[in-house]
Amino acid sequence: MSRRLLGLTLVLPALAVIAFLFILPLIMSAVGAFQVDGAFGWGNFEKTFDLYTKDIVFTVVIVSISTVLIGIASIAIGGYLTLGEHPVAVAILRWLYRWPMFIPFIVVGQILRTFLSKNGMMNNVAINLGLLTPIDAVSFLDWRGIVIAFVWKQTPFVALLVAGAMASINRETIDAARNLGASRLRVLIEIVVPQVGTTLTVGLILSFVTMMSVLSVPLMINAQTPTMLTADIAFRVNSYGDYGVANALGLISLLLASSVAWIYLRASLKERS
Amino acid sequence: MKASRNPLAALWWVPRGLVFGLMAFFIFGPLFNLLLWTVAEKWYFPHSLPLEYGFSSWAKVFAPRGGAVESLTNSIVVALLTVVVSLLLAIPAGYALARLKLPLRGLILLAFLIPQAFPNLTVYVNVARIFYEIGLNGTIPGVVMVHVSHGLVYAVWIATAAFSAIDAELEQAARNIGAGAMRTFLDVTLPLAAPGLMASAIFVFLESLDEFTGSYFVGAPDVNMLPLLLYTAGAGGNYQIASITALLLLVPSLVFMLIVERFLKADVLSRVGH
Repeated sequence: MSRRLLGLTLVLPALAVIAFLFILPLIMSAVGAFQVDGAFGWGNFEKTFDLYTKDIVFTVVIVSISTVLIGIASIAIGGYLTLGEHPVAVAILRWLYRWPMFIPFIVVGQILRTFLSKNGMMNNVAINLGLLTPIDAVSFLDWRGIVIAFVWKQTPFVALLVAGAMASINRETIDAARNLGASRLRVLIEIVVPQVGTTLTVGLILSFVTMMSVLSVPLMINAQTPTMLTADIAFRVNSYGDYGVANALGLISLLLASSVAWIYLRASLKERS
Repeated sequence: MKASRNPLAALWWVPRGLVFGLMAFFIFGPLFNLLLWTVAEKWYFPHSLPLEYGFSSWAKVFAPRGGAVESLTNSIVVALLTVVVSLLLAIPAGYALARLKLPLRGLILLAFLIPQAFPNLTVYVNVARIFYEIGLNGTIPGVVMVHVSHGLVYAVWIATAAFSAIDAELEQAARNIGAGAMRTFLDVTLPLAAPGLMASAIFVFLESLDEFTGSYFVGAPDVNMLPLLLYTAGAGGNYQIASITALLLLVPSLVFMLIVERFLKADVLSRVGH
Protein backbone atom coordinates (compact mmCIF):
# COMPACT_ATOMS: atom_id res chain seq x y z
CA MET A 1 0.00 0.00 0.00
CA SER A 2 1.40 3.40 -0.89
CA ARG A 3 1.97 5.89 1.93
CA ARG A 4 -0.68 8.19 0.50
CA LEU A 5 -3.31 5.50 0.50
CA LEU A 6 -2.28 4.40 4.00
CA GLY A 7 -2.57 7.99 5.20
CA LEU A 8 -6.03 8.43 3.72
CA THR A 9 -7.18 5.12 5.24
CA LEU A 10 -6.04 6.30 8.67
CA VAL A 11 -7.82 9.67 8.36
CA LEU A 12 -10.99 8.37 6.74
CA PRO A 13 -12.86 7.06 9.84
CA ALA A 14 -12.50 10.41 11.62
CA LEU A 15 -13.58 12.31 8.51
CA ALA A 16 -16.58 10.00 8.11
CA VAL A 17 -17.81 10.99 11.57
CA ILE A 18 -17.75 14.67 10.58
CA ALA A 19 -19.41 13.90 7.24
CA PHE A 20 -22.27 11.81 8.63
CA LEU A 21 -22.85 13.54 11.95
CA PHE A 22 -22.36 17.13 10.88
CA ILE A 23 -22.23 17.82 7.17
CA LEU A 24 -25.11 15.50 6.25
CA PRO A 25 -27.47 16.95 8.92
CA LEU A 26 -26.32 20.45 7.91
CA ILE A 27 -27.38 19.75 4.32
CA MET A 28 -30.62 18.19 5.57
CA SER A 29 -31.38 21.35 7.52
CA ALA A 30 -30.67 23.56 4.50
CA VAL A 31 -32.93 21.42 2.29
CA GLY A 32 -35.57 21.12 5.01
CA ALA A 33 -35.81 24.89 5.25
CA PHE A 34 -37.33 24.95 1.76
CA GLN A 35 -39.70 22.03 2.26
CA VAL A 36 -43.34 22.66 3.09
CA ASP A 37 -45.48 19.52 3.35
CA GLY A 38 -43.17 17.59 1.06
CA ALA A 39 -43.05 20.23 -1.69
CA PHE A 40 -40.43 22.92 -2.17
CA GLY A 41 -41.35 26.50 -1.47
CA TRP A 42 -40.71 29.66 0.49
CA GLY A 43 -43.46 29.00 3.02
CA ASN A 44 -41.13 28.45 5.97
CA PHE A 45 -39.33 31.71 5.34
CA GLU A 46 -42.57 33.68 5.02
CA LYS A 47 -43.69 32.27 8.37
CA THR A 48 -40.25 32.87 9.88
CA PHE A 49 -40.14 36.53 8.89
CA ASP A 50 -43.75 37.00 10.02
CA LEU A 51 -43.06 35.60 13.48
CA TYR A 52 -39.39 36.17 14.14
CA THR A 53 -38.14 39.32 12.35
CA LYS A 54 -37.86 41.02 15.74
CA ASP A 55 -35.83 38.13 17.14
CA ILE A 56 -33.51 38.10 14.12
CA VAL A 57 -32.75 41.80 14.66
CA PHE A 58 -32.45 41.21 18.43
CA THR A 59 -29.96 38.38 17.86
CA VAL A 60 -27.82 40.41 15.46
CA VAL A 61 -27.78 43.42 17.81
CA ILE A 62 -26.96 41.36 20.94
CA VAL A 63 -24.21 39.36 19.28
CA SER A 64 -22.74 42.46 17.62
CA ILE A 65 -22.67 44.47 20.86
CA SER A 66 -21.10 41.52 22.65
CA THR A 67 -18.48 41.08 19.92
CA VAL A 68 -17.49 44.76 20.09
CA LEU A 69 -17.26 44.68 23.91
CA ILE A 70 -15.24 41.44 23.83
CA GLY A 71 -12.90 43.06 21.29
CA ILE A 72 -12.37 46.17 23.43
CA ALA A 73 -11.91 44.18 26.64
CA SER A 74 -9.43 41.75 25.12
CA ILE A 75 -7.38 44.55 23.55
CA ALA A 76 -7.30 46.27 26.95
CA ILE A 77 -6.23 43.07 28.74
CA GLY A 78 -3.72 42.02 26.08
CA GLY A 79 -2.40 45.58 25.89
CA TYR A 80 -1.81 45.82 29.62
CA LEU A 81 -0.13 42.42 29.69
CA THR A 82 2.21 43.55 26.89
CA LEU A 83 2.83 47.20 27.79
CA GLY A 84 2.24 47.20 31.56
CA GLU A 85 5.36 48.37 33.37
CA HIS A 86 4.71 47.07 36.85
CA PRO A 87 5.51 43.33 36.98
CA VAL A 88 3.27 42.71 40.00
CA ALA A 89 0.26 44.39 38.38
CA VAL A 90 0.83 42.44 35.16
CA ALA A 91 1.09 39.18 37.13
CA ILE A 92 -2.16 39.93 38.98
CA LEU A 93 -4.01 40.58 35.71
CA ARG A 94 -2.52 37.47 34.07
CA TRP A 95 -3.79 35.37 36.99
CA LEU A 96 -7.17 37.10 37.15
CA TYR A 97 -8.53 37.29 33.64
CA ARG A 98 -8.51 33.62 32.61
CA TRP A 99 -10.91 32.15 35.17
CA PRO A 100 -14.17 32.21 33.18
CA MET A 101 -12.60 30.60 30.09
CA PHE A 102 -13.30 26.95 30.88
CA ILE A 103 -16.57 27.48 32.72
CA PRO A 104 -19.34 25.87 30.64
CA PHE A 105 -22.02 28.14 29.17
CA ILE A 106 -24.76 26.37 31.10
CA VAL A 107 -22.97 27.13 34.38
CA VAL A 108 -22.40 30.73 33.26
CA GLY A 109 -26.15 31.00 32.66
CA GLN A 110 -26.95 29.67 36.12
CA ILE A 111 -24.46 31.76 38.11
CA LEU A 112 -25.24 34.99 36.29
CA ARG A 113 -28.95 34.41 36.67
CA THR A 114 -28.55 34.50 40.44
CA PHE A 115 -25.91 37.24 40.37
CA LEU A 116 -27.72 39.74 38.11
CA SER A 117 -31.31 39.35 39.29
CA LYS A 118 -33.19 42.18 41.02
CA ASN A 119 -32.24 40.89 44.47
CA GLY A 120 -29.05 39.23 43.29
CA MET A 121 -25.59 39.73 44.65
CA MET A 122 -24.61 42.60 42.33
CA ASN A 123 -27.50 44.81 43.44
CA ASN A 124 -27.09 43.73 47.07
CA VAL A 125 -23.45 44.77 47.17
CA ALA A 126 -24.28 48.11 45.52
CA ILE A 127 -27.07 48.71 48.07
CA ASN A 128 -24.84 47.78 51.02
CA LEU A 129 -22.13 50.13 49.75
CA GLY A 130 -24.72 52.89 49.55
CA LEU A 131 -24.37 53.22 45.76
CA LEU A 132 -27.96 52.27 45.13
CA THR A 133 -31.26 52.44 46.98
CA PRO A 134 -33.33 49.23 47.10
CA ILE A 135 -36.10 50.92 45.10
CA ASP A 136 -33.77 51.71 42.22
CA ALA A 137 -32.49 48.14 41.96
CA VAL A 138 -33.40 46.63 38.59
CA SER A 139 -32.99 43.15 37.23
CA PHE A 140 -30.41 42.75 34.51
CA LEU A 141 -31.99 39.54 33.26
CA ASP A 142 -32.90 40.85 29.82
CA TRP A 143 -30.77 41.66 26.78
CA ARG A 144 -28.15 43.12 29.09
CA GLY A 145 -27.87 39.84 30.97
CA ILE A 146 -27.20 37.95 27.73
CA VAL A 147 -24.55 40.49 26.69
CA ILE A 148 -22.89 40.31 30.13
CA ALA A 149 -22.90 36.48 30.02
CA PHE A 150 -21.31 36.43 26.54
CA VAL A 151 -18.67 39.01 27.39
CA TRP A 152 -17.93 37.31 30.72
CA LYS A 153 -17.37 33.93 29.14
CA GLN A 154 -15.76 34.81 25.76
CA THR A 155 -13.37 37.65 26.69
CA PRO A 156 -10.71 35.41 28.30
CA PHE A 157 -10.55 33.24 25.17
CA VAL A 158 -10.06 36.17 22.77
CA ALA A 159 -7.76 37.95 25.25
CA LEU A 160 -5.59 34.82 25.47
CA LEU A 161 -5.22 34.71 21.68
CA VAL A 162 -4.61 38.47 21.43
CA ALA A 163 -2.11 38.54 24.31
CA GLY A 164 -0.23 35.66 22.68
CA ALA A 165 -0.05 37.53 19.38
CA MET A 166 1.00 40.77 21.10
CA ALA A 167 3.79 38.96 22.96
CA SER A 168 5.35 37.89 19.67
CA ILE A 169 5.49 41.44 18.21
CA ASN A 170 8.95 42.90 17.71
CA ARG A 171 9.61 44.86 20.94
CA GLU A 172 12.01 47.30 19.28
CA THR A 173 9.32 49.38 17.54
CA ILE A 174 7.38 49.60 20.80
CA ASP A 175 10.45 50.67 22.79
CA ALA A 176 11.43 53.16 20.10
CA ALA A 177 8.00 54.79 20.15
CA ARG A 178 8.05 54.88 23.96
CA ASN A 179 11.48 56.50 23.96
CA LEU A 180 10.25 59.15 21.55
CA GLY A 181 7.58 60.03 24.10
CA ALA A 182 4.50 58.24 22.77
CA SER A 183 2.01 57.39 25.49
CA ARG A 184 1.22 53.75 26.16
CA LEU A 185 -2.33 54.19 24.88
CA ARG A 186 -1.03 55.64 21.61
CA VAL A 187 1.51 52.82 21.23
CA LEU A 188 -1.30 50.31 21.83
CA ILE A 189 -3.66 51.83 19.27
CA GLU A 190 -1.17 52.83 16.58
CA ILE A 191 1.50 50.13 16.80
CA VAL A 192 0.32 47.06 18.69
CA VAL A 193 -3.32 46.60 17.64
CA PRO A 194 -2.69 46.91 13.86
CA GLN A 195 -0.14 44.10 14.13
CA VAL A 196 -2.51 41.67 15.88
CA GLY A 197 -5.49 42.49 13.65
CA THR A 198 -5.71 39.02 12.09
CA THR A 199 -5.60 37.16 15.40
CA LEU A 200 -8.14 39.53 16.91
CA THR A 201 -10.54 39.08 13.99
CA VAL A 202 -10.21 35.29 13.99
CA GLY A 203 -10.92 35.21 17.73
CA LEU A 204 -13.91 37.54 17.36
CA ILE A 205 -15.37 35.56 14.44
CA LEU A 206 -15.06 32.30 16.40
CA SER A 207 -16.77 34.03 19.34
CA PHE A 208 -19.49 35.40 17.06
CA VAL A 209 -20.30 31.91 15.76
CA THR A 210 -20.18 30.44 19.28
CA MET A 211 -22.59 33.07 20.56
CA MET A 212 -24.92 32.41 17.62
CA SER A 213 -25.02 28.72 18.62
CA VAL A 214 -25.45 28.93 22.38
CA LEU A 215 -28.84 27.74 23.56
CA SER A 216 -28.41 27.57 27.32
CA VAL A 217 -27.63 31.26 28.00
CA PRO A 218 -30.75 32.74 26.32
CA LEU A 219 -32.92 29.96 27.75
CA MET A 220 -31.70 30.62 31.28
CA ILE A 221 -31.27 34.39 31.31
CA ASN A 222 -33.96 35.71 29.02
CA ALA A 223 -36.55 33.32 27.60
CA GLN A 224 -39.29 35.91 27.07
CA THR A 225 -39.69 37.83 23.79
CA PRO A 226 -37.71 39.16 22.10
CA THR A 227 -35.15 36.42 22.48
CA MET A 228 -32.33 34.84 20.53
CA LEU A 229 -32.82 32.62 17.47
CA THR A 230 -31.44 29.56 19.26
CA ALA A 231 -34.24 29.73 21.83
CA ASP A 232 -36.79 30.11 19.00
CA ILE A 233 -35.43 27.05 17.18
CA ALA A 234 -35.67 24.93 20.35
CA PHE A 235 -39.20 26.23 20.93
CA ARG A 236 -40.36 25.49 17.35
CA VAL A 237 -39.09 21.90 17.59
CA ASN A 238 -40.14 21.10 21.14
CA SER A 239 -43.53 22.76 21.20
CA TYR A 240 -44.77 22.40 17.62
CA GLY A 241 -42.54 19.76 16.02
CA ASP A 242 -42.19 22.41 13.32
CA TYR A 243 -38.93 21.41 11.67
CA GLY A 244 -39.53 23.60 8.60
CA VAL A 245 -39.44 26.91 10.46
CA ALA A 246 -36.68 25.61 12.78
CA ASN A 247 -34.54 24.78 9.75
CA ALA A 248 -35.30 28.15 8.16
CA LEU A 249 -34.21 29.90 11.37
CA GLY A 250 -31.09 27.72 11.41
CA LEU A 251 -30.28 28.66 7.82
CA ILE A 252 -30.71 32.36 8.66
CA SER A 253 -28.29 32.13 11.59
CA LEU A 254 -25.90 30.22 9.34
CA LEU A 255 -26.10 33.02 6.76
CA LEU A 256 -25.53 35.65 9.45
CA ALA A 257 -22.46 33.81 10.74
CA SER A 258 -21.01 33.25 7.28
CA SER A 259 -21.60 36.84 6.20
CA VAL A 260 -19.37 37.96 9.07
CA ALA A 261 -16.68 35.54 7.94
CA TRP A 262 -17.20 36.75 4.35
CA ILE A 263 -16.75 40.42 5.28
CA TYR A 264 -13.51 39.49 6.99
CA LEU A 265 -12.25 37.44 4.02
CA ARG A 266 -13.01 40.25 1.57
CA ALA A 267 -11.31 42.84 3.75
CA SER A 268 -8.18 40.73 4.11
CA LEU A 269 -8.08 39.99 0.38
CA LYS A 270 -8.32 43.71 -0.42
CA GLU A 271 -5.49 44.38 1.98
CA ARG A 272 -3.22 41.93 0.20
CA SER A 273 -3.93 43.05 -3.38
CA MET B 1 11.89 50.63 35.74
CA LYS B 2 11.96 54.41 36.03
CA ALA B 3 8.46 54.41 37.44
CA SER B 4 9.18 52.30 40.50
CA ARG B 5 11.78 54.78 41.81
CA ASN B 6 9.32 57.62 41.67
CA PRO B 7 7.58 58.02 45.07
CA LEU B 8 4.37 58.95 43.27
CA ALA B 9 4.42 55.56 41.54
CA ALA B 10 2.71 54.03 44.59
CA LEU B 11 -0.29 56.20 43.78
CA TRP B 12 -0.78 54.16 40.61
CA TRP B 13 -2.06 51.38 42.85
CA VAL B 14 -5.24 53.39 43.44
CA PRO B 15 -6.60 53.13 39.86
CA ARG B 16 -5.04 49.67 39.47
CA GLY B 17 -6.65 48.48 42.69
CA LEU B 18 -10.02 49.88 41.59
CA VAL B 19 -9.90 48.20 38.17
CA PHE B 20 -8.56 44.87 39.47
CA GLY B 21 -11.04 44.99 42.36
CA LEU B 22 -13.95 45.50 39.98
CA MET B 23 -12.70 42.74 37.70
CA ALA B 24 -12.29 40.38 40.66
CA PHE B 25 -15.80 41.25 41.84
CA PHE B 26 -17.32 40.50 38.46
CA ILE B 27 -15.32 37.29 38.00
CA PHE B 28 -15.44 35.82 41.50
CA GLY B 29 -18.70 37.43 42.70
CA PRO B 30 -20.91 35.13 40.60
CA LEU B 31 -18.78 32.11 41.60
CA PHE B 32 -19.02 33.00 45.29
CA ASN B 33 -22.75 33.55 44.88
CA LEU B 34 -22.99 30.02 43.45
CA LEU B 35 -21.15 28.59 46.48
CA LEU B 36 -23.55 30.43 48.81
CA TRP B 37 -26.55 28.97 46.98
CA THR B 38 -25.24 25.42 47.38
CA VAL B 39 -25.34 25.73 51.18
CA ALA B 40 -28.29 28.10 51.57
CA GLU B 41 -31.16 26.58 53.54
CA LYS B 42 -33.24 29.75 53.59
CA TRP B 43 -32.57 32.76 51.42
CA TYR B 44 -35.17 35.23 50.29
CA PHE B 45 -35.66 38.88 49.48
CA PRO B 46 -34.50 41.34 50.83
CA HIS B 47 -31.68 39.55 52.64
CA SER B 48 -28.23 39.91 51.08
CA LEU B 49 -26.99 36.68 52.65
CA PRO B 50 -28.68 33.34 53.34
CA LEU B 51 -30.58 33.21 56.63
CA GLU B 52 -29.65 29.61 57.37
CA TYR B 53 -26.84 27.46 56.11
CA GLY B 54 -26.83 23.69 55.76
CA PHE B 55 -26.30 20.71 53.53
CA SER B 56 -29.85 19.47 53.16
CA SER B 57 -29.86 20.25 49.41
CA TRP B 58 -26.73 18.15 49.01
CA ALA B 59 -28.51 15.28 50.75
CA LYS B 60 -31.50 15.80 48.44
CA VAL B 61 -29.36 15.88 45.30
CA PHE B 62 -27.49 12.72 46.21
CA ALA B 63 -30.52 10.84 47.52
CA PRO B 64 -31.31 7.72 45.47
CA ARG B 65 -34.20 9.46 43.73
CA GLY B 66 -32.61 12.90 43.56
CA GLY B 67 -31.51 12.26 39.99
CA ALA B 68 -28.00 13.58 40.46
CA VAL B 69 -26.37 10.18 40.90
CA GLU B 70 -27.95 8.93 37.68
CA SER B 71 -27.07 12.12 35.79
CA LEU B 72 -23.53 12.15 37.15
CA THR B 73 -23.00 8.50 36.20
CA ASN B 74 -24.46 9.10 32.72
CA SER B 75 -22.34 12.20 32.21
CA ILE B 76 -19.13 10.46 33.25
CA VAL B 77 -19.89 7.29 31.24
CA VAL B 78 -20.67 9.39 28.15
CA ALA B 79 -17.58 11.57 28.62
CA LEU B 80 -15.27 8.54 29.06
CA LEU B 81 -16.75 6.75 26.04
CA THR B 82 -16.43 9.97 24.03
CA VAL B 83 -12.75 10.17 24.98
CA VAL B 84 -12.13 6.52 24.01
CA VAL B 85 -13.92 6.80 20.65
CA SER B 86 -12.35 10.19 19.85
CA LEU B 87 -8.83 8.96 20.61
CA LEU B 88 -9.36 5.75 18.62
CA LEU B 89 -10.28 7.95 15.66
CA ALA B 90 -7.77 10.73 16.34
CA ILE B 91 -4.59 8.71 16.97
CA PRO B 92 -4.42 7.15 13.47
CA ALA B 93 -5.69 10.38 11.89
CA GLY B 94 -3.23 12.54 13.83
CA TYR B 95 -0.34 10.23 13.01
CA ALA B 96 -1.20 10.29 9.31
CA LEU B 97 -1.58 14.10 9.30
CA ALA B 98 1.73 14.54 11.10
CA ARG B 99 3.92 11.93 9.41
CA LEU B 100 2.51 10.71 6.08
CA LYS B 101 2.19 12.66 2.85
CA LEU B 102 -1.48 13.49 2.49
CA PRO B 103 -3.20 15.26 -0.37
CA LEU B 104 -5.22 18.33 0.76
CA ARG B 105 -3.77 18.09 4.27
CA GLY B 106 -4.81 21.64 5.17
CA LEU B 107 -8.38 21.07 4.06
CA ILE B 108 -8.61 17.82 6.05
CA LEU B 109 -7.44 19.64 9.20
CA LEU B 110 -10.01 22.38 8.56
CA ALA B 111 -12.79 19.82 8.09
CA PHE B 112 -12.57 18.90 11.77
CA LEU B 113 -13.18 22.54 12.69
CA ILE B 114 -16.50 22.60 10.81
CA PRO B 115 -18.64 21.50 13.80
CA GLN B 116 -17.23 24.42 15.81
CA ALA B 117 -17.40 26.96 12.99
CA PHE B 118 -21.08 26.71 12.08
CA PRO B 119 -24.06 27.46 14.29
CA ASN B 120 -24.85 23.89 15.30
CA LEU B 121 -28.32 23.99 16.80
CA THR B 122 -30.29 22.91 13.71
CA VAL B 123 -27.63 20.30 13.00
CA TYR B 124 -28.40 18.62 16.32
CA VAL B 125 -32.12 18.92 15.61
CA ASN B 126 -31.60 17.01 12.36
CA VAL B 127 -29.20 14.51 13.94
CA ALA B 128 -31.96 13.80 16.45
CA ARG B 129 -34.34 13.10 13.55
CA ILE B 130 -31.89 10.71 11.88
CA PHE B 131 -31.18 8.98 15.19
CA TYR B 132 -34.89 8.68 15.85
CA GLU B 133 -35.32 6.75 12.58
CA ILE B 134 -32.52 4.31 13.39
CA GLY B 135 -33.33 3.94 17.09
CA LEU B 136 -30.29 5.84 18.42
CA ASN B 137 -32.23 8.78 19.83
CA GLY B 138 -32.36 8.77 23.62
CA THR B 139 -29.52 6.23 23.92
CA ILE B 140 -26.05 6.62 25.37
CA PRO B 141 -24.29 5.58 22.10
CA GLY B 142 -26.31 8.28 20.30
CA VAL B 143 -25.20 11.00 22.72
CA VAL B 144 -21.60 9.73 22.58
CA MET B 145 -21.57 9.99 18.77
CA VAL B 146 -22.82 13.59 18.88
CA HIS B 147 -20.18 14.49 21.45
CA VAL B 148 -17.46 12.78 19.39
CA SER B 149 -18.32 14.85 16.32
CA HIS B 150 -18.04 18.00 18.41
CA GLY B 151 -14.87 17.09 20.33
CA LEU B 152 -12.97 15.59 17.41
CA VAL B 153 -11.37 18.90 16.48
CA TYR B 154 -9.48 18.99 19.81
CA ALA B 155 -8.58 15.31 19.59
CA VAL B 156 -7.29 15.44 16.00
CA TRP B 157 -5.58 18.84 16.14
CA ILE B 158 -3.76 18.19 19.41
CA ALA B 159 -2.87 14.60 18.42
CA THR B 160 -1.46 15.89 15.12
CA ALA B 161 0.58 18.49 16.99
CA ALA B 162 1.78 15.90 19.51
CA PHE B 163 2.97 13.52 16.79
CA SER B 164 4.69 16.22 14.75
CA ALA B 165 6.56 17.45 17.85
CA ILE B 166 8.32 14.07 18.09
CA ASP B 167 11.78 13.85 16.57
CA ALA B 168 11.46 11.57 13.52
CA GLU B 169 15.05 10.39 14.02
CA LEU B 170 14.01 8.50 17.15
CA GLU B 171 11.58 6.45 15.09
CA GLN B 172 14.22 6.00 12.39
CA ALA B 173 16.67 4.71 14.98
CA ALA B 174 14.18 2.10 16.17
CA ARG B 175 13.55 1.02 12.58
CA ASN B 176 17.30 0.78 11.93
CA ILE B 177 17.84 -1.68 14.75
CA GLY B 178 15.14 -3.90 13.30
CA ALA B 179 11.82 -2.88 14.89
CA GLY B 180 8.76 -3.16 12.61
CA ALA B 181 6.56 -0.18 11.82
CA MET B 182 3.85 -1.20 14.28
CA ARG B 183 6.37 -2.04 16.99
CA THR B 184 8.07 1.34 16.52
CA PHE B 185 4.75 3.13 16.75
CA LEU B 186 3.68 1.32 19.94
CA ASP B 187 7.06 1.39 21.74
CA VAL B 188 8.54 4.71 20.61
CA THR B 189 6.03 7.08 19.04
CA LEU B 190 3.00 6.48 21.24
CA PRO B 191 4.78 6.86 24.62
CA LEU B 192 6.47 10.05 23.41
CA ALA B 193 3.15 11.49 22.28
CA ALA B 194 1.38 10.44 25.49
CA PRO B 195 1.40 13.84 27.29
CA GLY B 196 -0.10 15.57 24.24
CA LEU B 197 -2.67 12.82 23.80
CA MET B 198 -3.52 13.15 27.49
CA ALA B 199 -4.15 16.87 26.95
CA SER B 200 -6.42 16.14 24.00
CA ALA B 201 -8.27 13.56 26.12
CA ILE B 202 -8.79 16.22 28.80
CA PHE B 203 -10.22 18.69 26.28
CA VAL B 204 -12.56 16.07 24.81
CA PHE B 205 -13.67 14.96 28.30
CA LEU B 206 -14.52 18.54 29.32
CA GLU B 207 -16.22 19.31 26.02
CA SER B 208 -18.42 16.24 26.50
CA LEU B 209 -19.12 16.90 30.18
CA ASP B 210 -20.26 20.46 29.48
CA GLU B 211 -22.14 19.86 26.24
CA PHE B 212 -25.75 20.97 26.53
CA THR B 213 -27.36 21.46 23.12
CA GLY B 214 -26.63 18.02 21.65
CA SER B 215 -27.62 16.23 24.85
CA TYR B 216 -30.78 18.31 25.01
CA PHE B 217 -32.00 17.21 21.58
CA VAL B 218 -30.50 13.72 21.27
CA GLY B 219 -30.41 12.52 24.89
CA ALA B 220 -33.38 14.05 26.70
CA PRO B 221 -35.58 12.90 28.25
CA ASP B 222 -34.33 9.29 28.25
CA VAL B 223 -30.64 9.90 28.95
CA ASN B 224 -30.30 12.34 31.83
CA MET B 225 -27.07 14.24 31.98
CA LEU B 226 -25.75 16.80 34.47
CA PRO B 227 -26.28 19.87 32.23
CA LEU B 228 -29.88 18.75 31.64
CA LEU B 229 -30.44 18.29 35.38
CA LEU B 230 -29.00 21.76 35.97
CA TYR B 231 -31.29 23.21 33.32
CA THR B 232 -34.49 21.56 34.60
CA ALA B 233 -33.71 22.36 38.25
CA GLY B 234 -33.01 25.99 37.36
CA ALA B 235 -36.12 26.26 35.19
CA GLY B 236 -38.15 24.93 38.12
CA GLY B 237 -36.75 27.66 40.35
CA ASN B 238 -34.78 25.25 42.53
CA TYR B 239 -31.58 27.27 42.71
CA GLN B 240 -29.98 25.10 45.41
CA ILE B 241 -30.06 21.97 43.26
CA ALA B 242 -29.15 23.92 40.12
CA SER B 243 -26.17 25.45 41.95
CA ILE B 244 -24.92 22.14 43.31
CA THR B 245 -25.12 20.64 39.81
CA ALA B 246 -23.33 23.69 38.42
CA LEU B 247 -20.60 23.22 41.02
CA LEU B 248 -20.21 19.56 40.01
CA LEU B 249 -19.67 20.72 36.41
CA LEU B 250 -17.42 23.60 37.42
CA VAL B 251 -14.87 21.78 39.55
CA PRO B 252 -13.46 19.48 36.83
CA SER B 253 -13.25 22.46 34.45
CA LEU B 254 -11.22 24.53 36.91
CA VAL B 255 -9.00 21.62 37.98
CA PHE B 256 -8.23 20.76 34.35
CA MET B 257 -7.52 24.41 33.59
CA LEU B 258 -4.88 24.38 36.32
CA ILE B 259 -3.21 21.12 35.24
CA VAL B 260 -3.58 21.22 31.46
CA GLU B 261 -0.38 23.24 31.06
CA ARG B 262 1.51 20.30 32.53
CA PHE B 263 0.45 18.11 29.60
CA LEU B 264 0.31 20.71 26.88
CA LYS B 265 3.94 21.81 26.52
CA ALA B 266 4.89 24.79 24.37
CA ASP B 267 6.47 22.60 21.65
CA VAL B 268 3.12 20.86 21.11
CA LEU B 269 1.02 23.99 21.63
CA SER B 270 2.90 25.96 18.98
CA ARG B 271 2.10 23.23 16.41
CA VAL B 272 -1.66 23.08 17.02
CA GLY B 273 -3.52 23.80 13.80
CA HIS B 274 -0.41 23.54 11.59
